[in-house]
Amino acid sequence: MIVLADSGPVIPNFGRGSTCVRDNHTFCWGWVKQHWSDTLAPALVQHIVLTLIAVGIGFVISLACALVAHRHGWFERPFDTFSGILYTIPSLALFQLLVPISGLSRLTVEIALVSYTLLILFRNTLTGLRSVPEDTREAARGMGLSESQMLWKVELPLAVPAIIAGLRVAVVTVISLATIASFIIDEGLGSPIFHALQSNFTTELIAAGGLAVILALTADALLLLVQSLITPWARLRRTA
Amino acid sequence: MAESRVDSGTGKAGEIEFRHVTKRYPGRRQAAVNDLSFTIPAGEICVLVGPSGAGKTTAMKMVNRLIDVTEGEILIDGRDVTRMDQTELRRGIGYVIQQVGLFPHMSVADNVATVPRLLGWDRARVRARVKELLEVVGLDPDEDGGRYPAQLSGGQRQRVGLARALAADPPVMLMDEPFGALDPITRERLQNEFLRLHRQLRKTVIFVTHDIDEAIKMGDKIAILREGGVLAQYDSPVEILTHPADEFVAQFVGADRALKRLALSSVGDLELLDSAPDAAAGPALTPDTSLRDALSQILTEDGRPLPVSDNGGVKGYVSVDLLTSALSASGEGAPA
Repeated sequence: MIVLADSGPVIPNFGRGSTCVRDNHTFCWGWVKQHWSDTLAPALVQHIVLTLIAVGIGFVISLACALVAHRHGWFERPFDTFSGILYTIPSLALFQLLVPISGLSRLTVEIALVSYTLLILFRNTLTGLRSVPEDTREAARGMGLSESQMLWKVELPLAVPAIIAGLRVAVVTVISLATIASFIIDEGLGSPIFHALQSNFTTELIAAGGLAVILALTADALLLLVQSLITPWARLRRTA
Repeated sequence: MAESRVDSGTGKAGEIEFRHVTKRYPGRRQAAVNDLSFTIPAGEICVLVGPSGAGKTTAMKMVNRLIDVTEGEILIDGRDVTRMDQTELRRGIGYVIQQVGLFPHMSVADNVATVPRLLGWDRARVRARVKELLEVVGLDPDEDGGRYPAQLSGGQRQRVGLARALAADPPVMLMDEPFGALDPITRERLQNEFLRLHRQLRKTVIFVTHDIDEAIKMGDKIAILREGGVLAQYDSPVEILTHPADEFVAQFVGADRALKRLALSSVGDLELLDSAPDAAAGPALTPDTSLRDALSQILTEDGRPLPVSDNGGVKGYVSVDLLTSALSASGEGAPA
């Protein structure tokens, strides 16, 4: 008995013994304030890191493959099919499929998240590269731009709006999907959501879910801002 | 386009020679361009004109090798273009197309600076050149330089296209229906400004159009092509109007070719009549009125002679007979 008493109460205390937990109203600010720094903020940061890594790697792979497909047309079909198949696999199933290979690890999560960015980023980048008007292309050739100068000075800059449009979709998708990562690892906003579902605690569910939504909207707005800053010409084209 | 001095316009120009140039596309029986031979003297505007399918644009694009020659050779100042480095060749040739093809993501100034930057000019030189060129084509370097192509009118865009093509002071310019997409008023203004600019710069220009009136107006020489890329006639505008080589040329030039010839000279070029008793009392003509417009005015006044006045004073009179003799004189090879 003494031993048990020393090691704390026998009935587990989840550390959330506040009135918010006991009453379990729809939403309780007190809990959010109390657990911002020990639960929500770390989860939010982890979520951002998971997203950035996934979109970053997905962007590099997609850009490289789009450049190859732009130069060598035959490459478009196979990569399109490959990324299309990845995109159709249900996310939960993909996580489970990867566990035997890469374990219950961050690697598993990132592989799955990256695979969902490839289709949209590849498609948009390639479409962007091909969006250069034929007369612009001809004038550029006539002025003596080489293939690589055409790519760096004309095709890539003109592809930026399409690439950013792809990034916006990819980021929002990954932020949403990353909540499911908590089935694999205890990271990201999925953790408090998962916990809230198990304990049927609505405040935590709403707080973590709300944060994921706010994060997605913020990321989308940031990308829009970046686009308007680096492609001031793109806005004019619509009004002209 | 301002009458400003073009400092780096050294007036260098290249002679272009087509030697038995033929272009055949695989799988097509008829050649696109067939055994084309003619020489464009340095500093002159040569207009390639003809119906669609006559290979005008094809012939032009073989000069900067956007299209490869099948047989024969094209020489610029005696150098075969196919033996020149393609990039170097193209950077030495100004290229203007109907749709202009400005870079939508670059400002007007950056568009004009494209070739100088590719050539590695330093910043100060590029900036000075851009400013100068925008002034030459009648744009405001400070106000228009920072704008994007989408913010410009069609005429302004083609001015930028022209400035961009002139940027590195190329000895040769290729212009593919450069004013074809503009409204008639803007087109005429740009034609006139380009002619004035050309008198300063003296580039060798190959100018493609399907419009015979534009060809007559712009060309020092006109090459009329017929279907199948065959050269029907290569001559000065006056020669072509006066002595069309064959039925095709006569038809292409049009039944009004006498009127077109009249349009080439103005009243000021004539030896005016000292007096005309039956002269109309109508408004006097100015010396820069074209003979064609003068004839039209005379016809409006029941065919009576009209006075020509210069700053108030009557210099003389123009009659139908005078116009007729002017036509026959120019037909005998006298300068029009």
